[in-house]
Amino acid sequence: MGTFHHDKCELHGITVVVDTAGSRVYVGRCDDMDEREIVLMDADVHEARPGAPSKADYLARAAKYGVWKKHDRVVVPRAEAVSVRPLRELA
Amino acid sequence: MPYDPQLVQPMRDEVTRLGLVELPQAKDVDAFFAKREGTVLLFINSVCGCAAGGARPALRIALQNEVLPERIATVFAGQDTDATARARSYFADFPPSSPSMALLKDGEVVHFVPRHMIEGRDPASIAFDLVQAFDKHCARAGSKR
Repeated sequence: MGTFHHDKCELHGITVVVDTAGSRVYVGRCDDMDEREIVLMDADVHEARPGAPSKADYLARAAKYGVWKKHDRVVVPRAEAVSVRPLRELA
Repeated sequence: MPYDPQLVQPMRDEVTRLGLVELPQAKDVDAFFAKREGTVLLFINSVCGCAAGGARPALRIALQNEVLPERIATVFAGQDTDATARARSYFADFPPSSPSMALLKDGEVVHFVPRHMIEGRDPASIAFDLVQAFDKHCARAGSKR
């Protein structure tokens, strides 16, 4: 899907949304992922706590403009993720 | 750390050949944006093959449109870092990403193409979105480059 790094996962280089069953959602550039973890670069982590934007509102804005990087690298345990999809699919 | 300039030069040439004005220093960026009137496209170039490899051909396709921005320029992220930071200051409400493209009219951003709307897409699709923005906001007749 737009990458020529054959030693990486299909989504390498693609900005993805990693959703969780809880209030947390991650957005970042996928570096790699396997059955254990998802590695994101230049990532943001949003907690949809009371008083904060909902996941839907946060992702709608992210899909339109992108996200402000808060972490150079984030490793998401695969067990925490319920879905991984390109951010542009939400636009 | 910036890449070897020789490695990057073909990526610069790919867009300057299209008529984009390269802004290598912050003062060049300020001079470019000093004139607020009219339409401006700024392309933030990048080494990243996953996205910029599609963005540059998309730009080539889009610049064949019948109407174009009045002025078109480029900075190179990760290479000309001061110039890129200064360019981004002119649309500071948008999270930085590269490659990306900003279309401004009278100093205000009217269309922005962030990296995630470039990566993984074919150049024609990226160009289609850009052309729609040109048609909506620009008036200068293109020259079918």
